[in-house]
Amino acid sequence: MKAIMRPLLVSFLVLLLLTGIVYPLTVWGLARTVFPWQASGSLLTRDGRVIGSAVIGQHFSDPRHFWSRPSATGPFPYNAAASGGSNQGPLNPALIDAVKARIDALRAADPGNAAPIPVDLVTASGSGVDPHISVAAARYQARRVARSRGLTPDRVYRLIDEATEEQMFGFLGEPRVNVLRLNLGLEALRP
Amino acid sequence: MTSQAWILLAAFLGVLFLLAWPLGRWLAAVGEGRLPRWLAPLVRLEQGFYRLAGVDAGTGMGWKQYALALIAFNVLGVVVVYALQRWQAWLPLNPQGFAAVSPDSAFNTAVSFVTNTNWQGYVGEATMSYLTQMAALAVQNFLSAATGIAVAYALIRGIAARSSTAIGNFWVDVTRITAYVLLPLSIVFALFLVSQGAIQNFDAYQDAATVEPLTYQQAKVGADGQAAQDAQGNAVLEDVTRKAQTIPMGPVASQEAIKMLGTNGGGYFNANSAFPYENPTPLADFVQMLSIFLIPAGLVFAFGRMVGDPRQGFAVLAAMTILFVAAVLIVTPLEQAGNPQLAALGVDQAVSATQSGGNMEGKETRFGIAASTLFATITTAASCGAVNGMHDSFTPLGGAVPLVMIQLGEVVFGGVGAGLYGMLIFAILAVFIAGLMIGRTPEYLGKKIEAYEMKMTSVAILVTPILVLAGTAIAVLADAGRAGIANPGAHGFSEILYAFSSAANNNGSAFAGLSANTPFYNTLLAIVMWFGRFAVIVPVLAIAGSLAAKKRLTPGAGTLPTHGPLFVVLLIGVVVLVGLLNYVPALALGPIVEHLTLAAGR
Repeated sequence: MKAIMRPLLVSFLVLLLLTGIVYPLTVWGLARTVFPWQASGSLLTRDGRVIGSAVIGQHFSDPRHFWSRPSATGPFPYNAAASGGSNQGPLNPALIDAVKARIDALRAADPGNAAPIPVDLVTASGSGVDPHISVAAARYQARRVARSRGLTPDRVYRLIDEATEEQMFGFLGEPRVNVLRLNLGLEALRP
Repeated sequence: MTSQAWILLAAFLGVLFLLAWPLGRWLAAVGEGRLPRWLAPLVRLEQGFYRLAGVDAGTGMGWKQYALALIAFNVLGVVVVYALQRWQAWLPLNPQGFAAVSPDSAFNTAVSFVTNTNWQGYVGEATMSYLTQMAALAVQNFLSAATGIAVAYALIRGIAARSSTAIGNFWVDVTRITAYVLLPLSIVFALFLVSQGAIQNFDAYQDAATVEPLTYQQAKVGADGQAAQDAQGNAVLEDVTRKAQTIPMGPVASQEAIKMLGTNGGGYFNANSAFPYENPTPLADFVQMLSIFLIPAGLVFAFGRMVGDPRQGFAVLAAMTILFVAAVLIVTPLEQAGNPQLAALGVDQAVSATQSGGNMEGKETRFGIAASTLFATITTAASCGAVNGMHDSFTPLGGAVPLVMIQLGEVVFGGVGAGLYGMLIFAILAVFIAGLMIGRTPEYLGKKIEAYEMKMTSVAILVTPILVLAGTAIAVLADAGRAGIANPGAHGFSEILYAFSSAANNNGSAFAGLSANTPFYNTLLAIVMWFGRFAVIVPVLAIAGSLAAKKRLTPGAGTLPTHGPLFVVLLIGVVVLVGLLNYVPALALGPIVEHLTLAAGR
């Protein structure tokens, strides 16, 4: 046992410094040189103030905005500092009740809309800060947003089309819309 | 399955094999110490390091010496990770001022990261300082991966050796694997992740002024510091309005890269690879999936090379690939079909050009169904445990697929090193069973498999099921165990079964509804993780030592060839049979009951 103390302590210390200090600092140095915006969080600013991140979702409940997906983070939705999903199983009555309440809220904000609701709009994401909704979920909300902003539906549909991110190479990921960017685009529109 | 899911699976396997083949050559070269001349400056540095450490790099170790060095190295790892968590409040790089981690949680996390499990009872972004993340947790991501690969090297050398007493030098193995394999791959991968949107900085958490203020209700705290109650004894709620979103920061990309490449799986953030700063885009996700299987697949190719017969590697790889593809083909349609309970509410779960549809609870929009189920299968087939969607919210049988992949013993590609040595143990069991059928002394690659090897094989194979089933039984019987359950009914049992399967097989993913950050679970799961790792590694090293000492026989007319389709089928049969015999009764109480309940519409 005594014979291995020196190799043990020296190897551990050297490998700890190499992988725990030198390595992350190297990546940090390279990342901030080559991809400074991404490395510091893809932050979006308006009038000089940070208003969010391009890759982190925000909560929206105003009918004049597109709504993001439900979020199960606590104690409030879209808490990026305590991420996570609901972890409710498919049979959990709490899940069914939550989905019912979300359906009611969407219908109450848009009484005339009888279309079936896209599933991502009534289920909580895994991260709790999903920045996207499906294109279907955006289109489902288009008439409500248009009406409450006094815009033509066509104008809003066009905005969705412009904001749509397609699948990469036709099979990677899903067609989707970044809700924060879509809403910023909406606010920049002149009616 | 949708055509997109088929293309994704095919593209994944194609790119994987394309990348793993050259990596396998490199892994074989590193394992055999054949380093190319252009590495000479680094090799000189390495020699200096050995002099400093008092390591005689030219001398091999016997298996007992190797095992002792390995255990000592990992025990020291537990001590250091524990200490850094307990002292983080007084150490630098803690801009959020996080307090010391509780003793039971720190112990659990230390064992978890050292054993390559990366089970996480804590919420990373609300618990761990930047220093703890990078110098305690990420360091073990490297060192536990290096440990696993070292054991695989040792076993391969035992098989390839001719009448030798040595199976390699642990210090040399760990150093070379870290310096020549894990670090270079991690730097490239980390930079790629940053290009996609993963973060790498040491800033304090940022406050962003959100577009809309957010109002929510929380329990009011009275003047006495207790939750206020009204006359009826109900908690009083008050409205709170927030105008800012706290955006976490930190050295994420560097940790993320080795988390995937080392099949560790411990996320920087609680939501793991579902969190956009870890896994921002579908392309990042695709490369993350590749990076989980990259080294395990490369090691299988390296195995073929190092034993002097590449076909032996292909046979093992074929068995792994068949089991893996079968699992993907089961889970993907189940999740794509969605939740019948939501269909009854009129929710649109059909796949179309504008949505992925399916069971989206706990999944991310950018990944949809296909990339979530593929990721879930990969992360559980390998003992990675990273998740890009919440397995707890999968459909009953859909969630059973990751569970079963773990229970097969993490041999379908498996953890780095661990998957290969685990599968080779099953290969020894397979030739033994074949030997019994034809009445010949079994051989594997020219090495006679005798009583000693079979005893050690039995220990290595039986340790994990005993830990899983005994641990589950204890937790189900104990009040403290049942208290952690989040979902009612059979699903609650599945949460506990999943936790112990994951811990004993060093996977680390969870049916995460289970509240496991309690002294009961932290302690019990830490014990299970420790023995699930080292009570397998020690017998494997014993087999390596015993095989190394044997002569290598030339195959005769009666030798069972271990590279053809017959052997592949036999190997798959043994893996599946052992898994079924161990776990079907337990599975019947969890996912199967739940599926029947859901199908009956109750």
